[in-house]
Amino acid sequence: MSEIERHRYDVVVIGAGGAGLRAAIEARMQGKRTAIVCKSLFGKAHTVMAEGGAAAAMGNVNPNDNWQVHFRDTMRGGKFLNHWRMAELHAKEAPDRVWELESYGALFDRTKDGKISQRNFGGHEYPRLAHVGDRTGLEMIRTLQQKIVSLQQEDQRSHGDAQAMIRVFAETTITSLLKDGDQSSGRISGAVGYTRENGTFVVFEAPAVVLATGGIGKSFKVTSNSWEYTGDGHALAMKAGATLLNMEFVQFHPTGMVWPPSVKGILVTESVRGDGGVLRNSEDKRFMFDYVPAVFRKQYAETEEEADGWYDDPGSNRRPPELLPRDEVARAINSEVKEGRGSPSGGVFLDIASRLPADAIRKKLPSMYHQFKELADVDITKEPMEVGPTCHYVMGGVEVDPDTGASVVPGLFAAGECSGGMHGSNRLGGNSLSDLLVFGRRAGLGASQYVEALGAARPAVSERDVESARRTAEAPFDGDGGENPYTIHADLQQTMNDLVGIIRKREEIEEALSRLEELKSRAKRIGVQGDKIFNPGWHLAIDLSNMLIVSECVARAALIREESRGGHTRDDFPDMSDEWRKVNLVCRPEGDGVRVDKQPLSTMPPELLSLFDRDELSKYMTEDELSILPEGKA
Amino acid sequence: MGYKARFRVWRGDDTDGGLEDFSVEVNEGEVVLDVIHRLQATQTPDLAVRWNCKAGKCGSCSAEINGQPRLLCMTRMSTFTEEQVVTVTPLRTFPVIKDLVTDVSFNYQKALEVPAFAPPVGVAPGEYRMQQTDVERSQEFRKCIECFLCQDTCHVIRDHEDNKEAFAGPRFFIRLAELDMHPLDSMDRKRRSQEQHGLGMCNITKCCTEVCPEGIKITDNAIIPMKERVVDTMYDPVVWLGSRIPRRSAMAANRALDSGDAAAAEEHARSRLRDKPSDAAALGALQDALVAQGRFVEASDVTRTKLEHAGRGRGARQRAAADHAWALLCAAEAGQIDLDRYDDEITATLQQAQRLASIGTVLAGTHALHHLVHGRLAEAAEHSREALRWDRSRQTRADDLVTLAEALTGLGNRPEGESAMAESLTLWPANPRAESARSNMHEMGLQPR
Ligand SMILES: Cc1cc2nc3c(=O)[nH]c(=O)nc-3n(C[C@H](O)[C@H](O)[C@H](O)COP(=O)(O)OP(=O)(O)OC[C@H]3O[C@@H](n4cnc5c(N)ncnc54)[C@H](O)[C@@H]3O)c2cc1C
Ligand code: SF4
Ligand code: SF4
Ligand code: FES
Repeated sequence: MSEIERHRYDVVVIGAGGAGLRAAIEARMQGKRTAIVCKSLFGKAHTVMAEGGAAAAMGNVNPNDNWQVHFRDTMRGGKFLNHWRMAELHAKEAPDRVWELESYGALFDRTKDGKISQRNFGGHEYPRLAHVGDRTGLEMIRTLQQKIVSLQQEDQRSHGDAQAMIRVFAETTITSLLKDGDQSSGRISGAVGYTRENGTFVVFEAPAVVLATGGIGKSFKVTSNSWEYTGDGHALAMKAGATLLNMEFVQFHPTGMVWPPSVKGILVTESVRGDGGVLRNSEDKRFMFDYVPAVFRKQYAETEEEADGWYDDPGSNRRPPELLPRDEVARAINSEVKEGRGSPSGGVFLDIASRLPADAIRKKLPSMYHQFKELADVDITKEPMEVGPTCHYVMGGVEVDPDTGASVVPGLFAAGECSGGMHGSNRLGGNSLSDLLVFGRRAGLGASQYVEALGAARPAVSERDVESARRTAEAPFDGDGGENPYTIHADLQQTMNDLVGIIRKREEIEEALSRLEELKSRAKRIGVQGDKIFNPGWHLAIDLSNMLIVSECVARAALIREESRGGHTRDDFPDMSDEWRKVNLVCRPEGDGVRVDKQPLSTMPPELLSLFDRDELSKYMTEDELSILPEGKA
Repeated sequence: MGYKARFRVWRGDDTDGGLEDFSVEVNEGEVVLDVIHRLQATQTPDLAVRWNCKAGKCGSCSAEINGQPRLLCMTRMSTFTEEQVVTVTPLRTFPVIKDLVTDVSFNYQKALEVPAFAPPVGVAPGEYRMQQTDVERSQEFRKCIECFLCQDTCHVIRDHEDNKEAFAGPRFFIRLAELDMHPLDSMDRKRRSQEQHGLGMCNITKCCTEVCPEGIKITDNAIIPMKERVVDTMYDPVVWLGSRIPRRSAMAANRALDSGDAAAAEEHARSRLRDKPSDAAALGALQDALVAQGRFVEASDVTRTKLEHAGRGRGARQRAAADHAWALLCAAEAGQIDLDRYDDEITATLQQAQRLASIGTVLAGTHALHHLVHGRLAEAAEHSREALRWDRSRQTRADDLVTLAEALTGLGNRPEGESAMAESLTLWPANPRAESARSNMHEMGLQPR
């Protein structure tokens, strides 16, 4: 039997992206001994790829901005399926969280009067995204990473050991959570994982675990996501008895690269449109004007003239329709291509070259310039880009208490992309980075308070569970070698892309579910070659089991929700339904599969409801729901 | 449009390994990482490689392609011909874990040694005000994706494991510069960077800048300004200048040397030294006169004395050490001393010079000559090329060309060796090293390889 390494912590944070790092900082500042565990090297988590910015109503560029406006935009973007309390906390706290980053050493781009500059983005009424060129995620992750280093320097001075209070376990993958009871009862007692470097198993004994593992995009073929996005946190939570909600809502970002084939899916930031870029079809038409849905008609321009006027004079012009929320733009591109008006490589054209001087493009969008130059031989200051939808973000995730990030399992917390509720059916660009900070901090705090309240009576780790976690993780070595993990992965990605992708229908989802069953049984026959030292084939085999279960959640929920809303579009139910708006779909494990139940959405209190026009609300809500509003008000 | 490419990939672990040959399909628009992934999916499922973003943003996929430090995801296959063998090896400066994955923990250790941002006292979050022009300098350095290619390529640690302790490396020089130039950082970091992070060991070869995938001007915008600031704060300018002002005593000797009469120059200098045996300027003049006559051993006796009397001034000590190492190396090259007997002294002196090195001091050429006299020809060629990229004066350039010429000839590349030598002689026809170098080249040309 292989060696098992053991550690004891108060709080174990799984994930070193924005959410995980912010949670860990908070736990450590609350005096808790904290471990951060992540699959890649420190500083490489997915957050590093974020480009456009972090949304926070600081009002630096347009003083009319405030948390109420941000709250409204977020709810609209999510088509009112968001958990109102999360959207409220997020809008209220985001500015403080961004300012705090400055005190950790972040250097955002500035306004003329020396404040943090803010840029326009889809669905945001005012310029709201704090940014650094188009590499905001890098700034955020490096800042948080360096803050952690600074805490370690403090600990070095006061404890003589930099890792006394907070330690990073990089390239370590958690495969199971531990509890002092079975799936349906008990509290968290720790987590088990293996190190990528040599396959050593590691047990963390800890009463509180914060999941911050990010998304699930690697189950789709065309995606902007990295290898890490295999839905581990989603799967870990569910296996431990927590619930997932909104899993049918997957965001397809409208603009991914489409050529060359090997980079298909890599993101083209929304800032290109925020800074003036426009979408055209093969007939050179700005087609987005034809796709403004009724609920948004009031806020968006009807002519090119008005749209172009908005950049300089947003007071007297309405926004260009290129800046509609992502689901709308992605669907529009999809239809244009379907109807034969696409670009040569199956996308549409995104043109910034004719809209800004070359210098300004290079300055505002340096990584996009670099990315197209290096990867596609396209000079975006001279030619339009070819772009198309790419799987980008999952709105669904672990169901949590908005204030503390607590899941339904005692001791298990979640924050960031792997948690659910905040973004409803569709996330606005820029609302993720701010979400990570706001709810990362809250989850870190929630976990610390939970540990505090537990006192000395800590849940015990069961050796049997540790042993069984180890056996499960090592199982792929005993397989008969009949199946190659890379092939199964490719088949899964194709299935999800084709059958549960941007436009869905009953027969196709059913077909996907039956293929998922096949893939699950094939996955049991995976055999991996080589040993446990940094073996990607083995790692993929383990990740695959998570991707399969999460894909099943997406497909099952997608089959049940018979309407179209945000990141869930049903060809056979093209309209949004007031009745469905009141419902969350919640996934739980059942056997080796998934069960989905309906659950009523928590209702927004009147003082928040009254931030909207009654007219607008009536487009989303039943008359019944609106009756709580005082007559005439709102 | 696909074709089969020939790949050689280093496979192995910390105990053993070697290059393995593969034939693998390549399609239009692909990058090296795509091909590595295809190898994993079809031929070698356990081939270890790091990657995350596949878009040049995370800095995970660093390796060496045909010997050049590169990002695998940003190296397009179209930069190679279809016939060309593409060799992929792990970063050389860091210990290998498996295949293309190395242990880069050195860098995280160094990160821990750089004191963090020190927020301004009495300025609340939300109250920070900075102008765009003031943050831009630091923003350039914050573009760093921590790929560690600059760390990999820096010769100070690439082949010198023992330098790692004292040397933070270019990645952390830009971090220091970033904090130093941060409009609101409240700590003084200049002295520290020289004393505790080994900035002085950098001799501005610019190799780091060349490999940086983010195009950060590591040397020009971070290292050189930092060195200049360090100089400002660490040296009394009067002392610094004083050591450079030629004394009248030595002027005559120098004049004689300029007019080409080395023997006369020697005489002048010696007469001056009889009155004052440690007169630095006269020692310098004597050294030059002896070198000009190709009498390197005697020159090295002079440089040794000079070094012993160099005093406490950092600049003067650095130059004396560099001169002494150079004189000994020239003597070794010319066969005037027994290398085995002197090598300890040479190495120690060179290290001392390296440690003391500051702006404007280039030791790559000296390192090259050191490699050359030990017969490490490839390194000699590499370092002299490095030095040539940075040489400012005709004579140093001529000297580095001589080293390159010998190294190339020894490596069997006679034509290029000859042409380097020819170029060198047009720059400095009277180079005292030329004669012995020529005879070395002749001998090496005769030896079967
Ligand atoms: C290209 C791109 C651009 C984007 N641009 C923006 C933008 O401009 N603005 C915005 O708001 N949002 C943007 N987003 C979305 C946003 O970046 C992500 O939603 C967000 O970064 C997720 O952060 P996180 O902290 O939840 O997780 P991540 O940053 O993804 O971190 C997940 C962490 O969990 C670890 N992990 C996962 N599984 C395990 C396991 N089993 N064991 C141990 N560790 C594990 C990983 O190693 C990693 O450290 C963008 C996304 C992409 C892909
Ligand atoms: S300039 Fe040369 S010596 Fe200095 S850090 Fe860069 S690579 Fe190293
Ligand atoms: S400075 Fe450049 S080469 Fe060095 S680690 Fe940063 S990005 Fe890489
Ligand atoms: S994979 Fe991120 S830089 Fe290459």
